Amino acid sequence: MNKTQGLVNRIIPFSSVDGPGNRLVIFLQGCNMNCINCHNPHTIGVCNFCGLCTLKCPTKAIEIYSGEPPWINFDQSLCLNCDLCLQVCPVYSNPRSRWMEIDEAVKIIQQKADFLSGITVSGGEATLQIEFVRELFVAIKDDAQLSRLTTFIDTNGTAPIYKWESLLPVLDGAMVDLKALDVGAHQSLTGRVNELILETISFLHQEGKLYEVRLLIIPDYNSSEEQIEQTVEYLSQICPQTRIRLIPYRQHGVRSEADHLQQPDEELMERIKVRFFNGGFGDTVIT
Amino acid sequence: MSLKEFRYRAEQIVVDPGLTYQQRRHNMALLAEELIEYPPLGEEAKQALDDRIICDLFEGHAPYRARYILPDYEKAFQQGSEFLELEPPTNLAEALNFLTILYSQVPSITGFPVYLGDVDRLLTPYITEISDQDLYQQLKLFWRAADRMLPDGFVHANLGPEDTKIGRMILRIERELKQVVPNLTLKYDPTVTTDELLLEAVQTVFAVGKPHFANHPMMVGDLGERYAVVSCYNSLKIGGGSHTLTRLNLKDTVVRHSGDTGEYLQRTLPHYVELTLQVMEARIKYLVEEARFFEHDFLAQEGLIELEKFSAMFGIFGLAEAVNLLLEREGRRVKYGQNEEANQLSYQITDRIAQILAERSLPYCQGNGGRAFFHSQSGIDLDIEVTAGTRIPYGEEPDLYEHISAVAPHHCKFQAGISDIFHFERPVVNNPQAIIDVIKGAFRQGMREFTFNLADGEFVRITGYLVRRSDLVKYEENKRSRYDSTVLGSNAVKNQGIFQRKRRVINNEQNPGVS
Repeated sequence: MNKTQGLVNRIIPFSSVDGPGNRLVIFLQGCNMNCINCHNPHTIGVCNFCGLCTLKCPTKAIEIYSGEPPWINFDQSLCLNCDLCLQVCPVYSNPRSRWMEIDEAVKIIQQKADFLSGITVSGGEATLQIEFVRELFVAIKDDAQLSRLTTFIDTNGTAPIYKWESLLPVLDGAMVDLKALDVGAHQSLTGRVNELILETISFLHQEGKLYEVRLLIIPDYNSSEEQIEQTVEYLSQICPQTRIRLIPYRQHGVRSEADHLQQPDEELMERIKVRFFNGGFGDTVIT
Repeated sequence: MSLKEFRYRAEQIVVDPGLTYQQRRHNMALLAEELIEYPPLGEEAKQALDDRIICDLFEGHAPYRARYILPDYEKAFQQGSEFLELEPPTNLAEALNFLTILYSQVPSITGFPVYLGDVDRLLTPYITEISDQDLYQQLKLFWRAADRMLPDGFVHANLGPEDTKIGRMILRIERELKQVVPNLTLKYDPTVTTDELLLEAVQTVFAVGKPHFANHPMMVGDLGERYAVVSCYNSLKIGGGSHTLTRLNLKDTVVRHSGDTGEYLQRTLPHYVELTLQVMEARIKYLVEEARFFEHDFLAQEGLIELEKFSAMFGIFGLAEAVNLLLEREGRRVKYGQNEEANQLSYQITDRIAQILAERSLPYCQGNGGRAFFHSQSGIDLDIEVTAGTRIPYGEEPDLYEHISAVAPHHCKFQAGISDIFHFERPVVNNPQAIIDVIKGAFRQGMREFTFNLADGEFVRITGYLVRRSDLVKYEENKRSRYDSTVLGSNAVKNQGIFQRKRRVINNEQNPGVS
């Protein structure tokens, strides 16, 4: 029995865009970046029990119990998916997230395993709960029925190398987001520098665990010919031939701070794809 | 029909600018057949047929050919054909020529053969001394001829389960030619079919919406090694087929039922099943004893089909509406596909029908031990507000996993075919392995067969056949199409909300409407 808990935002049983094959994706709550372009902003924060959502919920599906620590009781059967709770949350959390034990997660995976190539842990930022991730992957590798599944992580790459080292024995692959190579651009998008991220990419590549680098494309931020040129050049030094996923920025789901951001057109995306292709990244896809 | 009405309708056909010459001639033949009296039926069966609770799918009044015929092409290759004055082929060119000729002589309801053979197995013996380039060239011409000479979406070829050079080449040719014909099924056996072939097949799905995937071990268990999938997912015996496909509208049986669900299962449902079987019996007897098809047709005379391998297909449709209506009457507003209680009732209904079919003998159905084949009928263009077979209605499909769990328990009961369609969004083309995972998972869950449909693709899966979106547009403009199935597809799009099918993604972003 494994009682280690993770704060789970939600689980999607079937995803075709989170690693190779069909994958079950576990989204963990909480992120250490605050990207203005985040399309799932309500995975960023962790609940501070302010209770605003309980007042707003039309069906009283959310209750907060005081205690040490306090806890949220969310009744799924009452939820209308109106997302009002998300709208009022001042810390970009989600009252529907809940603590889940490894055993429960394993049971859910077992139920869908027939259809899966593997599982992916995403976020939020999954490495903030790296204990849970590691224990979960160990449990999968130790389970006769599940051991054929591959274990992937979708990460912003900010975890320090020692954390990655602790995960390596049970990790099959990682998808790492790089919002921009240019430090200035990176800082204005995410509020952080990208040094650790580039180290992570380089390290995971050396260890043979880097499955994909994900590049978000936002016109006027990181899409200039010069920036793309530098990115191709840099990545071909630290992770040559890695699969590249080019993600056109989309307004869907993002916060109002990002209203000024433009969506790239198809032509721009294709041009960037060709550039990566010519730079030795033969497996470059646009989604 | 009065002579006056006959003249009027004949003239309408002859002058219809929307019909090609062949289509006019075919429709004239159907009209003439309507002049013959329907095979004798009891009052109740006749009434149910007139009310369209029972539907014979416009097979015509006087069955003079079996509905689905699966010639034993392998046997024809071995013995040649006396009637067609053909020697057994000795090389690939002869084999392809032999098949092309034989196809033109296979009777059916549409006038075009519903089965073109398990082409990889058939042709593999003839390719030992031929270069890949030659093979490709010859197969491509053959494939093009099939589409141009047999312009009908129900024409169907099979591949697999073995991974062969021909199988792969045909999939490649499919991707290049982008033809509607032939419809295609890949037989999948987890112990035989390679992942490489499966990947080729999935890439072909992305390009042309086919092949359809069939659970080979399950089919072999029900029908024996020598079976094929033909027309709209009808699985039948090679060298045999089905005399008729008569279908029962389950929704209508509930509309006419008064009483609770228990009484429906005990009384009303068995009553209509029996009436349907009476219609089938009358049609089979006419075909075999009056038209004496199996005595006169050269395919039977030369042993390329055998009466002993035939049975008849009992089809159902509108299961979803039947279930929902029955439960609604009991004050339960739940839906098939979305609710466990509704799903359980649906299994009870198909169990009950399967049980009746197993107990009721039908003449000339030795191909299935003297019993009818059970079939989940995938709909026709005229169906309105009634869902095909045992499918979940368009737009009400739950998540893929729940979808498969809901429909899978039906699949083992339908020896003669059942189809479900899974819809995906475009981005999945970057990850064909995801589709392979779904295929393998679905078969592990006991699915017999299924098809994929890609949102906004050029190829649209209608009931079981395909139409090209561009052909639908052209047909809307000038009311004419080379493929006779485009016309049916156009009606189906209007009547059944084909484009409302639930699309399946992927990363399901939450949409809190943050402003």
